[in-house]
Amino acid sequence: MSWFDRLRRGLGKTREVLTTDVRDLATGANVDWEELEFSLVAADVGAGIAADVVEEAKRERESGTSVREALEAALLDQLEPDRRRQTLRRVGFDLDVARHRVEPAGKVVMVVGVNGVGKTTTIAKLGRYYQEAGKSVAFAAGDTFRAAGSAQLGVWGERLGIPTHVGPDGGDPGAVAYDAAAARAARGHDLLIIDTAGRLHTQHNLMEELKKVKRVIGKADEGEPKDVWLVLDAVTGQNGLQQARRFHDAVGLTGVIVTKLDGSAKGGVLLPIVRELGVPIKFIGVGESAEDLQPYDAAAFVRALLGGDADAA
Amino acid sequence: MFENLGDRLQGAIQSLRGRGRLSEADVKSALREVRVALLEADVALDVARDFVKRVEAEAVGSETLMSLTPDQRVIRIVRDELQALLGGDSVQPELRSDGNVWLMMGLQGAGKTTTVGKLAYHFKAKGRRPLLVAADTQRPAARDQLEVLADRVGVPILKVEDGEAPATTKARLDAALREDFRDLVLVDTAGRLEIDEALMDELAALDAAVGPTERLLVIDAMTGQQTLPVARTFDARIGVSGLVLSKMDGDARGGAALSATHVTGRPIYYAGTSEKLDGLEAFHPERIAGRILGMGDVLTLIEKAEALEEAAEDGGLSGRPQDFSLADMLHQMRQLKKMGSFGEILGMIPGAKKMMPAGADVDEGELARVEAILSSMTDAERTTPRLLDASRRRRIARGSGTTVQDVNRLIKNYEATKKMMKKAGKTGRLPAGFGG
Ligand SMILES: Nc1nc2c(ncn2[C@@H]2O[C@H](COP(=O)(O)OP(=O)(O)OP(=O)(O)O)[C@@H](O)[C@H]2O)c(=O)[nH]1
Ligand SMILES: [Mg+2]
Repeated sequence: MSWFDRLRRGLGKTREVLTTDVRDLATGANVDWEELEFSLVAADVGAGIAADVVEEAKRERESGTSVREALEAALLDQLEPDRRRQTLRRVGFDLDVARHRVEPAGKVVMVVGVNGVGKTTTIAKLGRYYQEAGKSVAFAAGDTFRAAGSAQLGVWGERLGIPTHVGPDGGDPGAVAYDAAAARAARGHDLLIIDTAGRLHTQHNLMEELKKVKRVIGKADEGEPKDVWLVLDAVTGQNGLQQARRFHDAVGLTGVIVTKLDGSAKGGVLLPIVRELGVPIKFIGVGESAEDLQPYDAAAFVRALLGGDADAA
Repeated sequence: MFENLGDRLQGAIQSLRGRGRLSEADVKSALREVRVALLEADVALDVARDFVKRVEAEAVGSETLMSLTPDQRVIRIVRDELQALLGGDSVQPELRSDGNVWLMMGLQGAGKTTTVGKLAYHFKAKGRRPLLVAADTQRPAARDQLEVLADRVGVPILKVEDGEAPATTKARLDAALREDFRDLVLVDTAGRLEIDEALMDELAALDAAVGPTERLLVIDAMTGQQTLPVARTFDARIGVSGLVLSKMDGDARGGAALSATHVTGRPIYYAGTSEKLDGLEAFHPERIAGRILGMGDVLTLIEKAEALEEAAEDGGLSGRPQDFSLADMLHQMRQLKKMGSFGEILGMIPGAKKMMPAGADVDEGELARVEAILSSMTDAERTTPRLLDASRRRRIARGSGTTVQDVNRLIKNYEATKKMMKKAGKTGRLPAGFGG
């Protein structure tokens, strides 16, 4: 089953404000733009962007498109930080459809985020994804803080047959990351994915610790980690932007992964994040098993965000 | 983007300033802003709509409280409504002398397991005898996580086996209780999506088997518009008797709290305020309402300050301003830090946020540096700052990973503070001033 079907199945179970609004309102001649705007807000897009999107959609509609198409186009623009790609999309190129794989920039990926968003599970999924692509993968259980945080990744490593570097509970996360990065370089694994303890972006000391972990990796393996990916829970509201800002300031994000899109959450807060920080979205998480990971596709994301009939677009 | 809901609400409402009687149009346009502000704070759409309707009904032509200007009147109404929405007074779950079974539930990653550990810690300290039940057989190592917490708190744990039937769990629980008297059973369950029918059925079956006396829904304070369907579905399927709001130590604006109480009609018992076992506080609706409005969480601040003052009395601040030493400064600083980050403290002081220029942030890094410098001094240096000659300053800079300039600046600030204190000395209070 594709993730879109899963999403749709999810949607079928709940009454979606947005679905009804878009469908019902789009058929009438008089479009209630204000209601559409608030419906976007209900998808966690945020009031500021919702207003912009609606303005843009109004303009778009003057050229004769349907309300839904106009909204999709306006939303897609917001999700395309790259001007050139935006133009290409405008002239009809479907940019994500042909994309098969998301390649990491280097050999080490560090995964960060607030508590409970799905970092550890996502690492398991990423491990499987890159393993299937023929890479030799290793894990580092850098969450030495939360009770059984390391054990959790250890279990996944065992299930997937991925070697997992585990340090002592309560130990120094920098030391675990250093050892794992050095071991990766020595053994020549293609990819090392490093877990970190969940932390609120407002906790100064823990953000400093994260910077240190990143620095230390570079000492063991020059130039790494080339990727730092933020995991974001789709259920997060406007605070998600604040999270992304702070993590970006601290460790320089190169990508975002949104989890739990198998629920009824839409993950609309991605729009303000992409618009403000220009950090690309890499993957979406759609379940609790190792295979529940998909490369991100902006057009599909927008269709799911608007709900309703996926094939109509 | 606006700093917080309070600023935004006040901005909206201030447009009414200078009017006499409020016309419907005045109120309508201000309230549209209020609605947007609530949405930006993650208040659920339906809740925000209802809310605005109620305020509108009360505010139009409102002539109550004639001592207040129109804008103050609306603020007052918004505030009272917010408080009413959050459920008036602080409520705690009822505990019987025996047979308490609390079932924890919520989405994946909401903070259930950590909350169970905190509740066990809290109630053990109050003389209760908790037993933990680890029923999350789904997530790898979830039961191990709870076991580690049980060990730390010093309470027993019963681990549910993979695929165990609820009736079996109930039988094992009864057997355990016959053997060892326990008056508070805390059941941790796997996180689940509210739309996952199969897992909701499983939860309902476990619920029916163990017959909880409290059903606690744990909600992440950072949740957006999903709070509404989540709370609604858990309430409809299982029944929610109370709420726990986790991760309140972040900077989320509190919309989840509003929405969850609104839809379930149940109180928020507790707020999670750190990852540690003691990071659980009784939830005070009136304080949160104040904070959302940006009127400052004065009550919390005062309470914390009072507790610290007591601690300081036996903690040894040398009382007279002329004796104020660097040791006192370090002590004061640590006390202040216990009250929370400076950003947090600012948020509790009415108007403080507004006085800060836009974008200005309290430099927590600077504070960390000051503390590092003070920690690198010897006791003698801290009590007698005169000792600090150039070579000592160099040593301190090296030891604290700062520069001599940093050390010099700190000492200058200290001297300025001391002077200030001598002036203010008559009040007998130490101002929290270490400049910057
Ligand atoms: N439904 C669903 N659940 C998910 C998804 N990703 C993660 N989860 C669940 O979310 C919960 C938390 O996931 P973790 O991977 O432990 O999260 P974490 O960010 O590592 O948590 P901490 O290390 O405690 O901060 C687990 O129950 C996961 O199974 C997803 O895409 N969909
Ligand atoms: Mg983790």
